[in-house]
Amino acid sequence: MYTFIARRLLATIPVLLVVAVLVFLMLRLTPGDPAAILAGDAASGEQIAAIRASLGLDRPLPVQFAIWAGNLLQGDFGSSYFYKTQVAQLIAQRIEPTLALATLTILIAVIVSIPLGVIAAWRFGGWFDRALMGFSVLGFSVPVFVLAYLLIWIVSLQLGWFPVQGYRRLADGFWPFLHHLILPAITLSVIYIALIARVTRAAVLEALGEDYIRTARAKGLPEARVLVRHALANAAVPIATVIGIGIALLIGGVVVTESVYAIPGLGRLTVDAVLARDFPTVQAVILLFSFAYVLVNLLVDLSYVVFDPRIRY
Amino acid sequence: MDLQALSVESANIARRESAWQRVRRNWSVRIGGAAIALLLLVALAAPWLGTVDPTLFDAASRDLRPGQSGEIMTLDGELLKHEFLMGSDSFGRDIHSRVMYGTRVSLLVGIATALLALAFGIVLGLSSGYLRWLDGPLMRVMDGLMAIPAILLAIVLVAMWRASVLTVVLAIAITEIPRVTRLVRSLVLSIREEPYVEAAISLGTPTWRIMFGHILPNCVAPLLVQGTYICAAAILVEAILSFLGVGLPPDIPTWGNIMAEGRVQFMAYPHNLFFPGVFLALTVLAVNILGDGLRDTLDPKMAKRV
Repeated sequence: MYTFIARRLLATIPVLLVVAVLVFLMLRLTPGDPAAILAGDAASGEQIAAIRASLGLDRPLPVQFAIWAGNLLQGDFGSSYFYKTQVAQLIAQRIEPTLALATLTILIAVIVSIPLGVIAAWRFGGWFDRALMGFSVLGFSVPVFVLAYLLIWIVSLQLGWFPVQGYRRLADGFWPFLHHLILPAITLSVIYIALIARVTRAAVLEALGEDYIRTARAKGLPEARVLVRHALANAAVPIATVIGIGIALLIGGVVVTESVYAIPGLGRLTVDAVLARDFPTVQAVILLFSFAYVLVNLLVDLSYVVFDPRIRY
Repeated sequence: MDLQALSVESANIARRESAWQRVRRNWSVRIGGAAIALLLLVALAAPWLGTVDPTLFDAASRDLRPGQSGEIMTLDGELLKHEFLMGSDSFGRDIHSRVMYGTRVSLLVGIATALLALAFGIVLGLSSGYLRWLDGPLMRVMDGLMAIPAILLAIVLVAMWRASVLTVVLAIAITEIPRVTRLVRSLVLSIREEPYVEAAISLGTPTWRIMFGHILPNCVAPLLVQGTYICAAAILVEAILSFLGVGLPPDIPTWGNIMAEGRVQFMAYPHNLFFPGVFLALTVLAVNILGDGLRDTLDPKMAKRV
């Protein structure tokens, strides 16, 4: 088990290295000189050159990459061109809203989607099943920001249940924090619900065809117990897998949702940094998101041991 | 002797439906296909659908409600009476015209991205599945690309290049290529174990002919399905890019940037967001429904999984 974890952690290193090289090259081999942007329109050629030298942008690319990667390994993400602070500090300031939003979204999605999927599989082909499948196609198709404005308009403006925009820190009290976060999390969870419900339905449907389900029914177990303890328990591995894969979807959605609801998180930071050509910040945030994605999927792989005792690492 | 009994012709052989017949009878394909055909028609006929030049604006016709009439000045200085079916935005531009013309960008980006991603994915996947020395390095690069969340990657690429239809298509295609490559690679790895490929190899068929003559034709169905999903995803991502302000500039109307401009006064004038949003959602829905229909009819193995 521990050797497996160690091996998997080691296996993420080449992936992250490839990500680092890709991100680095992507940002350097494209038009738009950050030194010129920082210097402003009135700057002379020498001033721009001086800024470029101070940022180390005049060195050869492999040297720049080596310096950046070396600093990264020591936990130094560099300093932001635009915000004039350490990138690590910037991320630390912005990470709470994003983590809170993502956690609440996953929570809502799992709590809502799994029962839906189980019921749809149980009543396969019935009206509930059809309705859920219809909803899931719709959930994949309605863009996050369209849904966001629709919900703001109905729930916030017409009904007045939730604030329209903004974010409250957890330190300012739990209720205001939650109150501001619920609508964004619901918005973001819809596509996730669609995805997980679909896979849950398919996995439970497959499990329901097995012999042990017939045995369980034959020995007179209540239907609910058959569904949860026998069918759902055996469908857990694909469900866990899709929750992991969906993290990529979630991260993309976070960027958009934070922008619509004016939440000062990492997603907003990414868009702002990209528009300002703030290379160190963009690099760090993308690496962080990619690392989170790889890590969550490692955790999902490990969770198989819990869900399926036959699996040993 | 009764020859009739030996006659093969008289036997009643149940004719199997061809794949194309199955596709045509599928209701998802019919509905999705019809909706997309209608949208294509809208895109082509945009100038004749009661629209004006989508870049025209008139200060006297700002913030009109849907259905109100007003005036709009053409580039020649001529004042036109115009009915603003979907209202106007804060610059006095006709939202109806912008939404109709926006159909062009969305469909163009969706279809072009799907074709581009499929083309690259096929070449890379075939190479990876057939040239073993290339497989390892190529797949590591693809793993790296897949670990970067697609929307982030597209945002960074488009923002770094100058936004145009070409760069948007290219950026979104790059995020989709790894998935296509993996699909083609896995298909190649399974198909090349089939007896008919072995037979072709033993007959001395050159590798390129096996690839394009035997293996690729058997990938068509899953790739067609994948292509429609890429198209839907690309339309969504393009709208998100435009909405976040990194996509196409406002002089090219897209559903995303119409909404981006409407967000400031969303509370007073929700129609700025409503109409492009509905078009966007319905378009993606139509493409997804078509994809589901194609998957159910062409790719029964995949249909069983989800």
